[in-house]
Amino acid sequence: MSVTLYVPRDAVALGLGANKVARALFAGAERRGLDVTIVRTGSRGLFWLEPMVEIGTPEGRVAYGPVTLADVDALLDAGLTTGGDHALRLGDPEKIPYLARQQRLTFHRCGVIDPVSVDDYRAHGGYRGLEAALKLDAEGIVAAVRESGLRGRGGAGFPAGIKWNTVMLAEADQKYVVCNADEGDSGTFADRMMMEGDPFNLIEGMTIAGVATGATRGYIYLRSEYPQAFATLKEAIANGVTAGVLGDNILGSGKSFHLDVRLGAGAYICGEETSLLESLEGKRGIVRAKPPIPALKGFLGKPTLVNNVMTFTAVPWILENGARAYADYGMGRSLGTLPIQLAGNIKHGGLIEMAFGITLRQVIEDFGGGTRSGRPVRAVQVGGPLGAYFPDHLLDTPLDYEAMAAKKGLVGHGGIVVFDDTVDMAAQARFAFEFCATESCGKCTPCRIGATRGVETMDKVIAGIRPDANLKLVEDLCEVMTDGSLCAMGGLTPMPVMSAITHFPEDFRRAGSLPAAAE
Amino acid sequence: MARHKPWSAERASGIIAEHTHLEGATLPILHALQETFGYVDSGAVPLIADALNLSRAEVHGCITFYHDFRAHPAGRHEVKLCRAEACQAMGSDKLHREILGRLGCGWHETTADGSATVEPVYCLGLCANGPAALVDGEPVAHLTADALEAALTEVRQ
Repeated sequence: MSVTLYVPRDAVALGLGANKVARALFAGAERRGLDVTIVRTGSRGLFWLEPMVEIGTPEGRVAYGPVTLADVDALLDAGLTTGGDHALRLGDPEKIPYLARQQRLTFHRCGVIDPVSVDDYRAHGGYRGLEAALKLDAEGIVAAVRESGLRGRGGAGFPAGIKWNTVMLAEADQKYVVCNADEGDSGTFADRMMMEGDPFNLIEGMTIAGVATGATRGYIYLRSEYPQAFATLKEAIANGVTAGVLGDNILGSGKSFHLDVRLGAGAYICGEETSLLESLEGKRGIVRAKPPIPALKGFLGKPTLVNNVMTFTAVPWILENGARAYADYGMGRSLGTLPIQLAGNIKHGGLIEMAFGITLRQVIEDFGGGTRSGRPVRAVQVGGPLGAYFPDHLLDTPLDYEAMAAKKGLVGHGGIVVFDDTVDMAAQARFAFEFCATESCGKCTPCRIGATRGVETMDKVIAGIRPDANLKLVEDLCEVMTDGSLCAMGGLTPMPVMSAITHFPEDFRRAGSLPAAAE
Repeated sequence: MARHKPWSAERASGIIAEHTHLEGATLPILHALQETFGYVDSGAVPLIADALNLSRAEVHGCITFYHDFRAHPAGRHEVKLCRAEACQAMGSDKLHREILGRLGCGWHETTADGSATVEPVYCLGLCANGPAALVDGEPVAHLTADALEAALTEVRQ
């Protein structure tokens, strides 16, 4: 009887040699006369254990990890194909505490199934959300999304139901559903993991959105830094068309939804929705002034629903299990679960899907196990390059849109980057300006000029040239950028800068004060 | 075997024609041209402009806006090194100085033997396993200078 081995093809696993491991496992099994089938899955998101190989046994899956090329022969000799004992044996992957403690509503299939197989997706509960949606009218679907409390997971946290309703009510000969998969924030990889590990969850969510809003065409705007996700999405979409879950007459409903994936070209700003739409139209990714909002005049001037990967992928679960069930998770006005991405200098980095309300400290200490370098945590950046740097005394803040905002931070896309005590916060503040200068679209002055002046002024501070006066100038500049920028790029760059200055003032006085004549 | 083909206006016109039916065809065309030739030759600008009924300025502006598109041929292999915060937290700045020193080139530059071009990127989504890189599109996690050399040796074969 053939034994099934599951080897991830997620980019992290590939980056740690998963392809070589898969080939060696197959060759080694063949040499031993063992009949094995290898299924390439996504990742479960326990990234310090990648490549994590799983075996299907009559008692369920047994995991081993991290498996390197050098371990393969010893593993096969130890009886890997029957779940045999070995130092790398992790047992039932679902019982690994890191995974067992999570509340995986959106990610429950990721790392389990063959990502490009419609059959495997359906065998694990896929398309029940769309089936439920097809029994409702458009208002019913939108009501479910609204009542679930789902807010845009891209960072802005705008209520999804309101956006969906606006597009549904808009009159036009053509409407569009666009997925923002331009996951550019450092420290985030939930979108990538989902697209590589369970792309049909995204496809199903977008299809439900199409049915609800009356949009028959959809695009996934994917960043070019994710070539593996691009290949997986292309394959999944082609398989979806063949299986009749995309295209005309979806699931025999008579409704159409045509989906395509488009690549960005290395511009961070294209994660901003209006810039994304410009780029999708084939133009420079310059931010548009709002109004008009994209829900009324979006792609090619037509009503367009733009949501993040994590927003769309929450929807199938909501339709299948009910809005109330989803809203039972979370706190305050942040309902449901947040796919948290724990990254940077961390021992146990990975994807942690939990109800809103878990504190940063719980994530970093209970899940993360401290820094990878073994040194103390000094700073934590939450929400990407436009998010605040938090010191230790703010780590008890819960991950909740309002609670984070109250501490002058943001949840963003749920990325947490941990730094140890070797970090130089003045250098990080300078980098925030430098990044903004590199990635600004150039349309508005506060962002285009402010970022460059910010780098120059921060350089003076770092060199010890009139640090007090120059820090005052940085503060003033940040106020202008916050209040005067057209979008979040310039508007939020002050957040990492000011949080670094506020919480780590000692790092901005290292050079000592030089006489003014040195300027 | 060379990864890229020498510039040919005829071949470029064929590639462009395959994409003109798309909504917002400019970026798919530019990607396809760069995939084939390794860069977007200035000769492609009027061809794209004609095919899509755009001005040459609009096409040129689009090419220059995006970090991905290059106007000149690059090395035979492409190394993208992540410079974003999660990799910084794992010492990427220091590592990059070492790597660029060994390769003998700077950012956006090509090694003297023409084998590799080094580009900075801001995040590859491998943030729990940094520092990270892409070598000809293949991810490398827990990057070291030696690991990069090994990856480059592999793609050169």
